[in-house]
Amino acid sequence: MGVSVDEAVSTGPVRDHTPPTRRFGGRGRSVLEIALLTVLAVVMLFPVLWMIETSIKENRDVYAIPAKFFDFTVTLDHFKDVFVASGGRSALSVSFLNSVVVAGVSTALATVLGVPAAWAYSRFAVKAKKDQLFFILSTRFMPPVVVVIPIFLMYRQFGLIDTKLGLILIYTAFNVPFTIWMMKGFVDEVPAEYEDAAMLDGYTRLQAFWRFTLPLLLPGIAATAVFALIFSWNEFVFAIFLTSSDDVRTAPPAIAGLIGGTTVDWGLVAAASVVFALPVLVFAYLVRKHLVAGVTLGAVRR
Amino acid sequence: MSDSVPLTTDHPGQVASATPPAPGRSRRLSDRGLSVAFISPALLLLLAMSVFPLLWALYLSFTDYSATRGGSAHFVWFENYTAILTSAQVHLRALTTLIYVVGAVALQTVLGFAIAYLISRRTHGRGLLTTLFLVPMMLSQVVVGLFWKFMLDAQFGVINSMLGSLGLGQVEWLTRQRTALISLIVVDTWQWTPFIMLIALAGLTAVPKYLYEAASIDRASEWFRFRTITLPLVWPLLLIAVLFRAIEAFRLFDLVYILTSGGPGVSTETLSFHVYKVAFLGFNTGTASAYGILMVLVVIVLTQLYLRYLNKLKED
Repeated sequence: MGVSVDEAVSTGPVRDHTPPTRRFGGRGRSVLEIALLTVLAVVMLFPVLWMIETSIKENRDVYAIPAKFFDFTVTLDHFKDVFVASGGRSALSVSFLNSVVVAGVSTALATVLGVPAAWAYSRFAVKAKKDQLFFILSTRFMPPVVVVIPIFLMYRQFGLIDTKLGLILIYTAFNVPFTIWMMKGFVDEVPAEYEDAAMLDGYTRLQAFWRFTLPLLLPGIAATAVFALIFSWNEFVFAIFLTSSDDVRTAPPAIAGLIGGTTVDWGLVAAASVVFALPVLVFAYLVRKHLVAGVTLGAVRR
Repeated sequence: MSDSVPLTTDHPGQVASATPPAPGRSRRLSDRGLSVAFISPALLLLLAMSVFPLLWALYLSFTDYSATRGGSAHFVWFENYTAILTSAQVHLRALTTLIYVVGAVALQTVLGFAIAYLISRRTHGRGLLTTLFLVPMMLSQVVVGLFWKFMLDAQFGVINSMLGSLGLGQVEWLTRQRTALISLIVVDTWQWTPFIMLIALAGLTAVPKYLYEAASIDRASEWFRFRTITLPLVWPLLLIAVLFRAIEAFRLFDLVYILTSGGPGVSTETLSFHVYKVAFLGFNTGTASAYGILMVLVVIVLTQLYLRYLNKLKED
């Protein structure tokens, strides 16, 4: 099935070459459809635009009643507050750094563990392969709130509570199933004959994988890693229950913590949200071709 | 010369060392070794981080263990389970969860499919449109929750401000029993409609054009074409998306935590949120574990359903 955004674009005229069969009102209907789409697009995008707008408004405009849509004073103070606090780095900026470390390391680990496993599942006759793959995917579907209870007790025993290592481990475990499923699709697309041919030339199976298959998989690995990165970056439940101190906490619980007090600085919340969401949107745009596979945990593809 | 013949037949491998059979055998062996070496680290991690914790939870679910009180756990067998299954509190949360899952997923499916259908009929600007519509889905639930909380604020939220300028009354979105659950459904729908749209669009663009052409030669009506061609071909994929969303909605925690914290009262407490309260505010670890295990069972049933349809889709 055509699954990518790009394909959707390039498909071109679908039924344009059959105008004679359109009886009447083709034009009017088309206008109506465009109008509907526009309205829907505005509704869907309004909250995002409002968030961006709030992040650059001065405080008194943020709380203005009725809300100010256009005539407000632009300021970058909220963005400054995200990174700088009085006398040094803000707690938020520290949490952003933590997020980078945790998401980055767990993604790297999930890739290192998942890609070889995906290759093995694709190439070899593994016993009860289907059951194993289903088991792997179903671990990803477990409700985080339920898993976090025993994980919490386990971490308490091993002294992993409130450590980055603890978060990295659990995020890796949540990204490995995704990596295996997603990568298996990519490995399936590389003909096994390449490796057979290389082995006839005297390479071992491992060398054939390393030198011939792996380079062909690199784009797929990059796309998979980007999705894993987005999942870990956005993750909240484990982060809030397994960490507490400012120098370990990742960005999602830190941003959520901004609304804890009696008064909420919504300008700061908006600015922090924008800074937090921007890399995700950029990354998601880069992997837009694989979005369908990515958002269904690698389960659905053509 | 006559002695050498039995020798070769007894040990074919040694004599014909450079011929195919020998490397063939060792390759098969190393294949098995390789597959074990490549798969087991990933499986071990999953066993340690997913299966072991769940088994531990299963054990705790039969005890009266409390994470704060400490001390040793006493076996109470099925007491926790009967307590949960007969609790009116839990029944109420199950109902809330059901309303939320069915409401949100139904809304998303209708809206998502409608948008996908409208986009698939356009010839220009499809890529841009699709990309724009997908933005909400990529945002973190924390960001989505916080932002809607601000927009739905009764006092200075933009939604009430817009209602006000239209001459309509103010609504206390998140602080009234009935509107709070509706708000939750609306926010979830806003975030996940793009998901259904994306998958429906994949299905729609995959419908072969010649089917429509054949139908238009037969002068079939638009509705007839939609009902007999489009819908049957897109439905299997759409069903996968719907099931996937249902599982995700059932697990939902982040949005409730941020948007309403279960309130007002307990009107937006879903099962996930209730488990959290029992485990981390009530510290009844044993009860919470039993609760969690029951939820896992539901998820397993849903996942099996999902995987079965997925399998069917792949075989076709």
